[in-house]
Amino acid sequence: MSKELIRLRDLCMAYDNEPVLNNINLYINDKEFLTLLGPSGCGKTTTLRIIGGFATPTSGDVLFDGVRINDVPPYKRQINTVFQKYALFPHLNVFENIAFGLRMQRRPDPSDPTGKRTVKIPEDEIRERVMEMLEVISLKGFESRRPDALSGGQQQRVAIARALVNRPKVLLLDEPLGALDLKLRKDMQIELKRIQQQVGITFIYVTHDQEEALTMSDTIVVMDKGSIQQIGTPEDIYNEPKNAFVADFIGESNIIDGIMVRDNLVQMYGKQFPCLDGGFAENEPVDVVIRPEDIDIVPVEQGQLTGTVTNVTFKGMQYDIIVDFKGFKWLIQTTDHSPEGERIGIKIDPDGIHVMKKSQYSGMFGDYSSFSDEYDELDDASLEPVEEESGDEE
Amino acid sequence: MKNKLSKFAVPYVIWMALFVVAPIIMVVVYAFSSAEGGFTLDNFSNMGAYAVVFGRSFKLALIATVICLAVGYPVSYMMSKEGPGFQRVAMVLIMLPMWINFLLRTYSWMSILENNGLLNRLFQKIGVISLYNGIFGTDLQFFPMLNTQGAVVLGMVYNYLPFMILPIYSVIIKLDRSLIEAARDLGANSFNVFRRVILPLSFPGILSGITMVFVPSVSTFAISKMLGGGTELLLGDLIEQQFLGGAYNPQLGAAISLVMMVIVVVCMWVMNRFGEGEEQAVML
Repeated sequence: MSKELIRLRDLCMAYDNEPVLNNINLYINDKEFLTLLGPSGCGKTTTLRIIGGFATPTSGDVLFDGVRINDVPPYKRQINTVFQKYALFPHLNVFENIAFGLRMQRRPDPSDPTGKRTVKIPEDEIRERVMEMLEVISLKGFESRRPDALSGGQQQRVAIARALVNRPKVLLLDEPLGALDLKLRKDMQIELKRIQQQVGITFIYVTHDQEEALTMSDTIVVMDKGSIQQIGTPEDIYNEPKNAFVADFIGESNIIDGIMVRDNLVQMYGKQFPCLDGGFAENEPVDVVIRPEDIDIVPVEQGQLTGTVTNVTFKGMQYDIIVDFKGFKWLIQTTDHSPEGERIGIKIDPDGIHVMKKSQYSGMFGDYSSFSDEYDELDDASLEPVEEESGDEE
Repeated sequence: MKNKLSKFAVPYVIWMALFVVAPIIMVVVYAFSSAEGGFTLDNFSNMGAYAVVFGRSFKLALIATVICLAVGYPVSYMMSKEGPGFQRVAMVLIMLPMWINFLLRTYSWMSILENNGLLNRLFQKIGVISLYNGIFGTDLQFFPMLNTQGAVVLGMVYNYLPFMILPIYSVIIKLDRSLIEAARDLGANSFNVFRRVILPLSFPGILSGITMVFVPSVSTFAISKMLGGGTELLLGDLIEQQFLGGAYNPQLGAAISLVMMVIVVVCMWVMNRFGEGEEQAVML
């Protein structure tokens, strides 16, 4: 699990002097499911294309098993790609689509002692391997269908099989679920994870959907503006975001200006809160992240802070309420109903507070003022797309 | 909305009925009538006499089509790989001759190819002809180029090449770039990308290109008359003679037309079957 397979070293990329990647440093382990996550234009697809050999970095190196492969063409890399819109060959049926890579391969002729002569893969082996792949993607019996006679999900699985049949060391997936509807996307997430564990190779996955990333990945690389913002496990990224961008992009966050009084004590709104973070200078200004689900609503007199409920939305499992604390609006998720206009107190446990250093993103995220306006307009409409859309606009 | 728009198709439907369907019916009726007007199969029973003309016409049209394909496909392919500016200029250059009258263009080929024409005078100047005479021991003043089958094929290629390039180009330019990337990703080198992906996917363009070159080539009479000098009789000339020429016999002319049409349709049908499964090609 821990053997390093790919390393990106000081990778930079620019189109027409417009930088799209700045100093990307990253290593990817064998058999790892790694996700490049970020809004569109953050450089995640460019990174993937460089690994696949479809783009050449302006500077920096790509190492595969310790060997520099910057100038190795795609067809000579032990890497295969699942493209965004599948890119199945429309003139070939499912069997021939999957067999395509095998028919391109040549290997040393076993009957030639010098080992110089190469032969094609024999037809019966091709047949066997394609059928084996069809089983992995649960599409047995579809081999003579044309791609246009398949549903989106089926085309997706054929695209995966077509890449995997070559037994690559690494599979690159460029937003492969983007074109599928929500239900199918959820099924395919589980399916992809299962396939990855079954074939036991490295998957490098590109997406702008944080939920997809959290569900499937061993490691998430959060990117924005051509730079890596944070690398970590899904739990790390969610619980210990490095800056306001990551905190906002992954899940819901209230991000509040604070002052780190000393280790384990942070000050917000002039009040001091015990927390578990340390390692800051005394009285250093910081960003404080509080997840909406980590806040307890208590009677006003017991509250560490008091505020006014300005909006309530019933979400099934919980209520999303917007609470105004001295002009800064928080999102709180709670199972208790509090009517609009009520004064409430809140309590936050020390482990519900996460303190981050100030960054270029400070002050840009984490206020739900505009959010609550949308609540009024949208009324009961689902909030789910909101964080995706705000990501896409960048 | 569909009904409203369909009104605009009415003029063409009438046009088609008057000038496409009706003439075909007339050709069929004529082909099966005698000069006196009764039903007869005589017009077809003599068809064997013209087998040579049929053979020659199809042979020359086939050669012209093959040359157009061999020249046109690489041009289309290269063009599609260039930048948009280059593509626009190339497209204009390919279309440019078509803005000049067909007869005018063919006449100019006559003055290029004739015995004292541009080409022969050039050859004389740079000594190609004396070189040829020296090697082969001949005593030529000029190369006889006009009034040969070669000149007829040249005329066909020159006139119909754009009809080969355009459909192939428009198919290749619309090819999904990611298919080419996918093929490269799956281990195909440049040759295999072309052979396994680009070529089969440009098949519909090739089919309509072949159709659009072969059909007018096989029935042309102006080109063969002007560049072939009328010595090498082609189907078009033969038919023309029956209607306008000295051998006035419209019934026979109609019968020859009908046979030619049937052969062409059968050829196209076979070719379309051959390309079936590829996307549907333009038929005729």
